[in-house]
Amino acid sequence: MSEFLAMGGHAPYVWSAYGITLVVILLNIWAARRARVRALERIARTADEPRARRQPTVRQV
Amino acid sequence: MALLPVWFHRLGSPPHVYRLAERLRPWLGWGAIVTIAVGAFWGLALAPPDYLQGEVVRIIYIHVPSAYLSMLGYTLMAVAAAIGFVWRIKLAHAAAVSIAPIGASFTFLALVTGGIWGRPTWGTYWEWGDARLMFELLLLFLYLGYLALRASFEDRDKADRVSAILAVVGVVNVPIIHYSVEWWSTLHQGPTLTKLDDPSITLDMLLPLLVMIFGFTLCFGWLVLNRLQGQIVEREHDARWLRQFAAGAAR
Repeated sequence: MSEFLAMGGHAPYVWSAYGITLVVILLNIWAARRARVRALERIARTADEPRARRQPTVRQV
Repeated sequence: MALLPVWFHRLGSPPHVYRLAERLRPWLGWGAIVTIAVGAFWGLALAPPDYLQGEVVRIIYIHVPSAYLSMLGYTLMAVAAAIGFVWRIKLAHAAAVSIAPIGASFTFLALVTGGIWGRPTWGTYWEWGDARLMFELLLLFLYLGYLALRASFEDRDKADRVSAILAVVGVVNVPIIHYSVEWWSTLHQGPTLTKLDDPSITLDMLLPLLVMIFGFTLCFGWLVLNRLQGQIVEREHDARWLRQFAAGAAR
């Protein structure tokens, strides 16, 4: 096991490369999921409001 | 007059694509987890070390999939942006926007894992004179430039159209990256996989590498589907089909 972890003396290189890759992919998973869920939550919040109130306010002249 | 099949036309329909993404997402997600777990174990523990480079060659199983996705992602983004620009299909712009941050991430990973691999192999993390490295860095700047350009517009339609031009012009960089190791042979090693008739890699390393490429591609697909669904919801927020869907299914 320790021989596996040592990676023939290349442990810092191999494990840091795999570690950084894992972190970047996990961050992407979190961000992509959040983008989808947040968008759904936003429209769910306004789902029961009458349609007119969701329109942008235009000042009447 | 069915020039194109119906399923093709339906790819322009937001509700259809949203539901298609909803169905595909779990398959891609779980497929990616299983495939990457198998590929990583195979590459880290079972595959042999390289006779010259030793154990550090195991970085290939994350470096090559990342680099491949950085280029595939940009190509897909440029094609989507071009379709959106020419035929004014909003869904195509939504797809291009969804791909950009993910493609940028894999470009970053290709550069970083390549640098870490380069230190013990070449004696340096980075070499300004190497063409492959330069054009891959340019790819990262193209992704980031695309996102920055979009952010500078208040109006989404305008952002779609202007950023599409940048995406399409930048795609010339993709074949340059691919052939850079043949046109200018400096530090980066030559092609390994794309000489399909005679790949210069043993089967013991080729198989886990292909598994990892497949797993990373599934992960890329899962990420794009999530962001694409988010984009569809933002762009179609007043559509009745979506409000009905959201009223029941917001989690």
